[in-house]
Amino acid sequence: MSILAILEQRDGGWNRMSFETLAAAGELGCELGEPVSAAIAGQDVLTLAAEIAGRKLERVYAVEHALLRDYTADGYAAALEQLIRRVKPSLVLFPHTYRVRDFAPRLATRFGRVLVSDVIGHRIEDGRPVLARQLFQGKWNADIRFTREAPNFASIQAGAYRAGVVEPGAAQVEPFVPELDPSMIRTHPAERFRGSGQGVDLSAANIIVAVGRGIKEKESIPMVAGLANALGAELAASRPICDNGWLPMERQVGSSGQTVAPKLYVAVGISGAIQHLVGMKGSKTIVAINKDANAPIFEVADYGIVGDLFEVVPALEEEIRKAKG
Amino acid sequence: MKIVVGLKQVPARDSLFRADASGRWIDEAELTFEINEPDAYALEAGLQLKEKHGGEVVVVSAGPSRAARSLREALAKGADRAIHIEEEHMERWDCLCTARVMARAIEAEKPDLILTGLQSDDAGYGQTGVILAELLGLPHATIIMEIEVRDGAIRVKRELEDGWFQHIDMPLPALVTIQSGISKLRYATLMGIRQAKTKELRRVAAGELGVAPEPSIEISRVYLPRKTKQTEVLDGSPREAAARLVERLKFEARIL
Repeated sequence: MSILAILEQRDGGWNRMSFETLAAAGELGCELGEPVSAAIAGQDVLTLAAEIAGRKLERVYAVEHALLRDYTADGYAAALEQLIRRVKPSLVLFPHTYRVRDFAPRLATRFGRVLVSDVIGHRIEDGRPVLARQLFQGKWNADIRFTREAPNFASIQAGAYRAGVVEPGAAQVEPFVPELDPSMIRTHPAERFRGSGQGVDLSAANIIVAVGRGIKEKESIPMVAGLANALGAELAASRPICDNGWLPMERQVGSSGQTVAPKLYVAVGISGAIQHLVGMKGSKTIVAINKDANAPIFEVADYGIVGDLFEVVPALEEEIRKAKG
Repeated sequence: MKIVVGLKQVPARDSLFRADASGRWIDEAELTFEINEPDAYALEAGLQLKEKHGGEVVVVSAGPSRAARSLREALAKGADRAIHIEEEHMERWDCLCTARVMARAIEAEKPDLILTGLQSDDAGYGQTGVILAELLGLPHATIIMEIEVRDGAIRVKRELEDGWFQHIDMPLPALVTIQSGISKLRYATLMGIRQAKTKELRRVAAGELGVAPEPSIEISRVYLPRKTKQTEVLDGSPREAAARLVERLKFEARIL
């Protein structure tokens, strides 16, 4: 029995979430008394594999094939299926990235299993892992147990485990060449490109006032902009506001927008779905203004005002202007 | 072009939840339900493709009897037919169980394109679509913003992290999961609502589809998240709360 952490790279560079997955795998391995191995897939990944061989891992599998140069769900699912059938891990862990969301459900299905996606923590019960994940956009949590034997599958939410501590070791790097054929890969990805209008660099702002669904209509944006102005802040938004065209996409904070860590982040009418939280939870001080006391945004907020934002925001603007003289 | 849209009925977005007696799911008794928002965008994408290229849009949902209301709503918005895979007790099912019954029902339709939302707003596994593709032997793409039909194939625009995108060419038939918010959702017209009453809504009992639900994961407990930070909630009237906050920002956080 062993744990296999499947890491992510693109063009020879790590996806940093890989190290958080390694940390999760390390903790689980230690608590379950199972060895941990890692795997990395691509066209040429021996260098990357060697980079993590200095960690406390049993093996690092370099899954290499020319057909893995560009990511495709078909290629990755086929290659990793072969690896898992060879290695026979009890638990396969992934970082919960866009790419993993794309191929890992397909991979788990081939083993008759469901990927426990977006895991935020774990504990061990009767020698078996119990995984925690969110329900209802983060309003509730659930503990999940595997009901079937190995292999089982789970992906780790960004920021759920600390990548920090590295226990030194000497892992053996093992090349693994999957049998792939061009006819297995049915999708053809083109080059990646940036969306237009990346003109606003929110990451440079000291103070950000961000607005979410709670404002209900476009006409209320100026009210929030007034607060931002009083604070000398950049105005930002959660995804639905930008989708509606109420603010430009370049002001979106979250997994599909910008990641920010200002000194002060004021979330106005933002419930705090995980896609938003990952983009701002590193902020030094977080203020949340929301009518729902159970909104997940309060889990990361230092200060909260539970109330009607249409009353709170103008009052706050006035108090700030008073304080600043 | 024959398009199947998979949709799920979920508790309304601003619902307040309580755990049920078992402690393993939420109490659904007093909740109102609606079409899962990402699935509403999948339906919209399907209807727009039909308007452009002709064909048929068939909506499919697996769920208890209440799910029929969401299917009617989809018919009122313009879907041509609906298939309701009826199952009263899906609380213990995982997304592989759900995808298996949906695959059985969809298989017979032989669609050119299957659309689903990228995830559900309730359990949020974000997998039913991809699993469906695997079970049906179809290529798939996830988190898609645009679909362009080109000579019997499609080119889709996929969202990646941090504001990046990518186009993907793929053959048909295929399955695509749709990102929320990519277009404006239509409302059902009065005419649409009237027409929906005469459109076909076929009910199939999940048990008749010959799939034994054998979940590979189970929920052992649901609970409110524990706060990771100590939030100081500032009470009082809006003005009092605002004044308290300004004081904290000035003297504790030292930002003002």
